[in-house]
Amino acid sequence: MNNIVLHIDHVHKTFAGLHALADVNLDIRQGETHAIIGPNGAGKSTLLNVCVGRLEPTQGKVLFDGVELTGRHPHEICQLGVARVFQTPEIFGDLTVIENVMMSMLARRDGAFSLHLFSRFDAQHEIVSTAEKVLTDLGLGYHFNHLASALSRGDKRRLELAMCLTQKPKLLLLDEPTAGMARADTNATVDLLKKIKQSGMTIVIIEHDMHVVFSLADRITVLANGRVIAQGAPEEIKGNPKVIEAYLGDEEL
Amino acid sequence: MRNTKVRDVILLGCFAVAAVAAPLLAAPFGAGYPDLLVKFAIFGIFAVGFNILFGLTGYLSFGHAVFLGVGSYAAVWSFKLVSVNILPAVIGAILVSGLFALAIGYVSLRRSGIYFSILTLAFAQMCYNLAYSVLTPITNGETGLRVLRDDPRYLDSAVGVLGQSPSLFGLPMTGWTGYYVCAAVLVVAFAFSVAIFRSPFGMTLRAIKTNQNRMGYTGFNSRPYLLTAFVISGMYAGLAGSLMAATDPLAGAERMQWTASGEVVLMTILGGAGTLLGPVLGSGVIKYFENIFSAYNEAQLGTTLSFLPESIHDGVVKTLSLFVGEGWQLTLGLLFMVVVIFLPGGIMEGVMRVFRVKHTPPVKSLGDSAQRDIVGESVIEEMPADYGAHPAPEKALAEAKIGTTAQ
Amino acid sequence: MDAILLQIMNGLDKGGAYALIALGLTLVFGTLGVVNFAHGALFMLGAFCAVAMNKFLSYETVVVDPTQLTPWGSPLEIRTPYVQALLGDWGKFLIDYSVPVSILLAIPVMLIISLIMERGLIRFFYKRPHADQILVTFGLAIILQEIVKQFFGANPIPQTAPSAVSGSLAITSAISYPYWRIVYFLFSLGVVAAVMAFLRFTTFGMVVRAGTQDRETVGLLGINIQRRFTIVFGLAGVVAGLAGLMYTPIVPPDYHMGMDFLVLSFVVVVVGGMGSLPGAVLAGFLLGILQSFASMNEVKSILPGIDQIIIYLVAVVILLVRPRGLMGRKGIMES
Repeated sequence: MNNIVLHIDHVHKTFAGLHALADVNLDIRQGETHAIIGPNGAGKSTLLNVCVGRLEPTQGKVLFDGVELTGRHPHEICQLGVARVFQTPEIFGDLTVIENVMMSMLARRDGAFSLHLFSRFDAQHEIVSTAEKVLTDLGLGYHFNHLASALSRGDKRRLELAMCLTQKPKLLLLDEPTAGMARADTNATVDLLKKIKQSGMTIVIIEHDMHVVFSLADRITVLANGRVIAQGAPEEIKGNPKVIEAYLGDEEL
Repeated sequence: MRNTKVRDVILLGCFAVAAVAAPLLAAPFGAGYPDLLVKFAIFGIFAVGFNILFGLTGYLSFGHAVFLGVGSYAAVWSFKLVSVNILPAVIGAILVSGLFALAIGYVSLRRSGIYFSILTLAFAQMCYNLAYSVLTPITNGETGLRVLRDDPRYLDSAVGVLGQSPSLFGLPMTGWTGYYVCAAVLVVAFAFSVAIFRSPFGMTLRAIKTNQNRMGYTGFNSRPYLLTAFVISGMYAGLAGSLMAATDPLAGAERMQWTASGEVVLMTILGGAGTLLGPVLGSGVIKYFENIFSAYNEAQLGTTLSFLPESIHDGVVKTLSLFVGEGWQLTLGLLFMVVVIFLPGGIMEGVMRVFRVKHTPPVKSLGDSAQRDIVGESVIEEMPADYGAHPAPEKALAEAKIGTTAQ
Repeated sequence: MDAILLQIMNGLDKGGAYALIALGLTLVFGTLGVVNFAHGALFMLGAFCAVAMNKFLSYETVVVDPTQLTPWGSPLEIRTPYVQALLGDWGKFLIDYSVPVSILLAIPVMLIISLIMERGLIRFFYKRPHADQILVTFGLAIILQEIVKQFFGANPIPQTAPSAVSGSLAITSAISYPYWRIVYFLFSLGVVAAVMAFLRFTTFGMVVRAGTQDRETVGLLGINIQRRFTIVFGLAGVVAGLAGLMYTPIVPPDYHMGMDFLVLSFVVVVVGGMGSLPGAVLAGFLLGILQSFASMNEVKSILPGIDQIIIYLVAVVILLVRPRGLMGRKGIMES
């Protein structure tokens, strides 16, 4: 059991009496791609928010590599090696594309705080060239010097992913990376994620698109009403009557 | 991005030349006398420092005049107790105001947005009120703190230096020598601010302004960065305050009033917050207007406008006289409104528009709107395929097309 | 015990003024999303409505009576205000009650001024950054101040309360309390209650409250939220004006009184919670009373200077311990 990267232990989260998460237990293993699925309002995003320190759990704890994450600041969690892509891309809109990536590389190199008052950021040749390479690999090669806010939504998401990858995280959390994308673009993203997966990265992905889930995930956890109702390999989940009920129950009523 | 270093050196060179030639440059405008130019330099330093906080991080401090006042008091105390040489006064003022900024910033930066502004304002008002009341032994209350003949000046008396007015190793701080000392300090301060703008530290501050959430998830701890920026800009204010005391050795609490804090905000925004030259220009313009307009009176106006036909002459003079002399504040108010309404980016934006100088980023930010994506994509679509170092990958173009047609 | 009671009472009128200004500030902020630094100027303009009314009412006729001579040998000039000459005792009464009577002038004047302000300027700044809003309204405040200074001069112009309430209430032999302050306190309570009731019980108020929560949704429902916001701004302007007008017998108005009150009122708004009306009122009275306690000699001897900084100190503590203020919603305006 020592290959467990993320250990979510009896986590509860209530918002003004509403149980967003109720007694969630989850183990993410080293190197696996773990999908979390569930109907809207099941608590998927809340779970990720608890993991990166955006929300504090009402009860329970989250362990990453044996270190407790609960109560830590987002930047500490990030420095431990957890990176996250958001549903609506969170990027530095007023910075250029390459500066966005350089920011995350600086954080990786210099830690949460360092004073570089007298060096020029465009003279950090190592970082600039790596950033250019990563961006080119992700298909953002031709707008290094554009403001990030002027990118299309798909490109913004790719930029955010580039920023996360340059942090060289031990765990990558993806919140609906293909939401609102056209089919062709979704396929491109899946290909990209497959590549990242092959590099041995541990990935947790929240996704609505079952095509994406079943082509990527090694294991799947199903959340409904803040509870884990099923967990296992994709084949097991497909046939699980509980899961079908959770997804289709409303429609039958 | 590659040749910014050369550009910065040229910019700094021009700035230094302009500072040296300022007496000649300002003469045609009737501003070529040392008292006014010293004000330009001092408030230029103040605004350049304020811009490091406000222009880069977007945190609007409404109590920055405190550091100016604290710097002035510290400098005058140094003139009284240590030496008439301005060197210890300037260093002491920077240190003391830095400490104040550290304390006030540490508390105020726990909040952001308008709450931060109110916290800094509250601290400034506390300091101002206390300087007038309880702290009179240190600040000499309403009379103001001044250098006296029988002050001890321990260092001076130890080395046998005589004289009571501030100087730099014998160079008097009045008249043209005073201006050139202040101008030299301004050039150094400006160079330092250029360095900060171009450093990874400066980039981090700009990132904080854009998206604090992402800062955390990128692994940065924003608060020490903000605190450093706050302390640096507080030290700039202290430096400006000490020069103010050096050129006019009388420190009063009114320098700390919130209107004084408002003034530096206005200078920065008028010139263009977040730009390098903007704050210097903004402070120059405001101090120029203050000096020229407040010195004019109705009689002078009458002679200046004597070319007008007599029928309208008196009427015009009467109307315009509302805006000069005592009424120059009215002009100032109008200036604020006109600038904010018609030139939200400040003077620098106007200059850019006139000269069609493009900012480094070629794509204009469209803010967080629904149209943004469409426009962003169309902009990218129009770009030549060989733009930048690498050819555009097919799928991004495909996506851009899908995106636009889908809308 | 008497001393404490007196301090509470001393704080009430000032608290009333804070509450009324803060009420308008927070109303405008909560609905329009605008930080209005010209709000203090509206308070000042209201005060000068009272001054103008008084000047108008006491405009004099001069009748030269050649039969009577002054001790200097010149004919005696008999000066009587026009109003008195025209209306007799009624005129006298009007002059005596010039401060309350000027309410009739102030309501339309303040309404027109604030409507022009909103339509001509503020509405273009709904979505602009707060720094821009602060600057442009600050510029406007300076202009209004200077205009008033041109007309009325730079010196404070004392106003008198109607003679019926110009005396003092003797609490003990040594301590007395001017009646007008009681009037002011009751007046401020009345205005607060009226504004609250208006927003609470009318459909107009309901729409405005809904708009405070989510402007866009209300707009999508097909309601012209813009026009309602304009009216809200007018209401806030009238409330500020009345607060200033009734305050004139307590502190003689001068052209920069608005700025002095504005800074404190901002602190009051933040302490009460941005956008919260009851919070603004509560914080207004609370800080008024606290300030009056801090100016007691007993307190000052223990903590010198505390009277100068108490309001700001409270603001700092509140912001650090409870950032949303006493009654504010969580997370508003944090970024």
